[in-house]
Amino acid sequence: MPDVRVVNVVKKYGKVYALNNVSLNIHDQEYFSLLGPSGCGKTTLLRLIAGLIDPDGGEIYIGDCRVDKAPPEDRDIGFVFQTFALFPHMTAWSNVLYGPKVKNYDTKQAETIGHEVLELVKLSERLNAYPNELSGGMMQRIAVARALAAGAKTLLLDEPLGQLDAKVRNDIRYEIRRMAKDLKLTAIHVTHDQAEAMSISDRIAVMKKGKIIQVGTPKELYMHPNSIFVAFFIGESNLLEGHITKSDDKIAEMELREGYTIEAFNQKKLKMGDRAVLAIRPETCAMRQGLINENRNGLFGVVEKTTFEGTIVRYDIRLVNGDRFLINRPSLTEEWVSIGQEVTITYPLEKAHLFPYPENGLNDEISV
Amino acid sequence: MLSKVWYSLNGLSSKKPLKYILYISAVIIFFALILIPPIIGILSKVDSLDAVLNDPIMVDAVLGAIGASFAIGLVVAALDLLAGVPLAWLITRGKSKWLTVLDTLADLPFVVPTAALGYSLLLFWSLSPAELFGQPFVSPGWGLVMLLHFTFSFPVVVRVIVGALLDYKMEYERASRTLGAPPLTASRTVTFPIIKPSLIAAYTLAFARSLSETGATFIVAAGLFLNGPVFIQTVSNQFSSGAISQNTYEGAIVFASLILIVVSLILFILIRVLGKKIKLPFGHGLPTFEKKLSYKKGAYVRDSIALAVFFVIVLVPSLFVALPAFQAIITGSTFVEVFTGSGIWASFWSSLGLSYALAAIVTVLGILFGLPMAILISRKTFGQLPSAILDTLINVPIIVPSIALGVSLKFFWSNLSGVPEFLLLIFAHLAITYPYFVRSMSAAMERISIEMEEASKTLGAKPLTVFRSIVWPITKYSILSGAIIVFTRSVSETGATLAVASKLKTAPVLIVDWVNSVRATIPTIPGVDTLTVGLACGLLILFSFIILLVLRLLTKKGKV
Repeated sequence: MPDVRVVNVVKKYGKVYALNNVSLNIHDQEYFSLLGPSGCGKTTLLRLIAGLIDPDGGEIYIGDCRVDKAPPEDRDIGFVFQTFALFPHMTAWSNVLYGPKVKNYDTKQAETIGHEVLELVKLSERLNAYPNELSGGMMQRIAVARALAAGAKTLLLDEPLGQLDAKVRNDIRYEIRRMAKDLKLTAIHVTHDQAEAMSISDRIAVMKKGKIIQVGTPKELYMHPNSIFVAFFIGESNLLEGHITKSDDKIAEMELREGYTIEAFNQKKLKMGDRAVLAIRPETCAMRQGLINENRNGLFGVVEKTTFEGTIVRYDIRLVNGDRFLINRPSLTEEWVSIGQEVTITYPLEKAHLFPYPENGLNDEISV
Repeated sequence: MLSKVWYSLNGLSSKKPLKYILYISAVIIFFALILIPPIIGILSKVDSLDAVLNDPIMVDAVLGAIGASFAIGLVVAALDLLAGVPLAWLITRGKSKWLTVLDTLADLPFVVPTAALGYSLLLFWSLSPAELFGQPFVSPGWGLVMLLHFTFSFPVVVRVIVGALLDYKMEYERASRTLGAPPLTASRTVTFPIIKPSLIAAYTLAFARSLSETGATFIVAAGLFLNGPVFIQTVSNQFSSGAISQNTYEGAIVFASLILIVVSLILFILIRVLGKKIKLPFGHGLPTFEKKLSYKKGAYVRDSIALAVFFVIVLVPSLFVALPAFQAIITGSTFVEVFTGSGIWASFWSSLGLSYALAAIVTVLGILFGLPMAILISRKTFGQLPSAILDTLINVPIIVPSIALGVSLKFFWSNLSGVPEFLLLIFAHLAITYPYFVRSMSAAMERISIEMEEASKTLGAKPLTVFRSIVWPITKYSILSGAIIVFTRSVSETGATLAVASKLKTAPVLIVDWVNSVRATIPTIPGVDTLTVGLACGLLILFSFIILLVLRLLTKKGKV
């Protein structure tokens, strides 16, 4: 039962905390992603789990075993490296057989395993080629096959798709998930690409500056971000700054710049006078032409720019108080609004998230 | 004024014909000064071979000596690799801050001229223990020769492997570990196969150094043991003392040199070809065994042995010679003599001056002639095949034992009368050191991506500007380390120097003379005793070390 548990793990490089007291539970057979901007500590965490680096504190468990003192070869893991790290002096086939061989399987057994994993990654040709003769996609498949052949129940993937071009990347990411599921593996996948993480993960941990900010299913993260950072990093959000002028347990009234007031659900129980940030996703808003004053959650503005992006049209809107606001609307089922048009924007209260203004300022909160 | 000269040179540098003239002249100089003369030199004396071939005793002596040379070279290089790899591993992978000190110490035997090193080892293993305990640890002869060769080729091996391990991508080893290999298995199946070219290079270099070293070997062999270079040296001594005829002398030397050159060429080709084919066995069941050796105790024992070997066999014996120098400081009176240059010290100072002047000239010429060649080889200016051929040819002087090279150079230049001996020395040292510089330089050039140069060109830089603003800043460390190797090799070179010069004595040659005088293998030089030899060696080491240190500091601060 290889669930993976990380308890209060600390890793320092000099005085800088790469990981600051991180705890995490990854369930057996789960496809789990560590997502965050570069330098957030996600790769460090993965390497700690693999035993490639040693923690300065905390405990790591794989299954029932505490492994943070064990060398990597005793942790029963498979690791797919960002650069693939295929052994350059061995053919693709020898690379795949490396794991079974060092684990002392006899040649026949090793070859059977080799054929099985190569079938899984759908590769049967050019097995006698050396890594430098293979394309990026093939190297990736061999790297995955090699990790699987060692027979581990936990698969760790460090930006496994980072070196591939966009088309191949999209194909391969679903295949990796399928293989992990077929083989009933626990997979931990590190990426900085939120679309990649959202599309293949059972759950995601969003990380920033050595800490885990939120853990949840892709839907939870999208629908219920627990912080401005997650709202901003997962998908997109308009962030409106202001302060609370009226509040009760349910609804808060917020004054934006130029004395412009709007309403939001008061989930964080903000009080009158608190500074606040309202996060609204561009795709949740409705827009009508003209200035229509009927709702407390209406915003007035002028369309400054439109961008056609295929399935959607993006509107850059200058609100009457000077704030900028972004809206996405379907491109085929609606009439487009032209530049210079005055518009009224409405947002569903339950899909806008009100947060207290961050201590170190908004720019610091969303900086990566 | 200077800027005007620079400007016009820069303009000229973009003219294709001029560029080619520069490259072609570098190639011509290489052939005319370095490659061709020794070959012609040897061939011009082939006639004298008859005298030797009809003398079975001489033939046996030559074959025995050369056999010993190769046996010692092959074994010593293997031992060096065995001891050098764990030390290089410790230096690159260990976590202690003392390792940088260790790294520097590992270079130290490099700066000790081999003649001084030979005497130092003789003192440490043989003379001093004999004095203190009544019997030597190791008597002069083949055992001491092996120790000596092990010691002076050790730093080369460590240097090459440290470099290889630093360049090596750790990701491969990590991958192997995640696939279930214990550290030792990971190094055997992944790391060492990947750095195999460097292991072969280290072996080859150690082997080549062992083959060609003359001065120090002559000292520790003490007339009891003959290898190729010592044989050639002995025959030369016999000839100059009138014990054998010129014909026998030339015949013996041509015979010995020819065999040395031909066999070493064949061996090096074999090492290259076979080296590629050798594969470490995967070894069924080995990983379980290696796992036991990989952790705490095993690693601890390995590190301790590596350190012990380094300190006891390499470092302390190399510097042991400095002890009499300290003794001299205490007695004081010798010091006055030394620094006023009275008595035998006059000859010491003049030979020291000669050595450094020679080394400086050779270094400058080596850079001038070598740089275009390095560019030619690394940038493949004349195409793939010519580059590969030149690349192989420049190695020839490394492979050929230096005394054989010296002798053949002497034969060549003595046909042309009126060539001053100093010029001969320059040619000989240039030939021996040239490959080292071109080698390290072309390797450095290959590491710069050509795109950087191209980027600079698209921004409007002329070739000379590209060199000054892009190539030089990136490679200056390599140029300097290449220069350091050339300089130290030249200062410590004995074999070829002995062969080409009869009147001029460089410092190592003088030390060999003094040691032999003390050991009474040649007529005694008045005023030379154990103390003076120790002091002379100590001073030579001290000055070489200071010069090296200054060069290192210059590179570090980026002033050049």
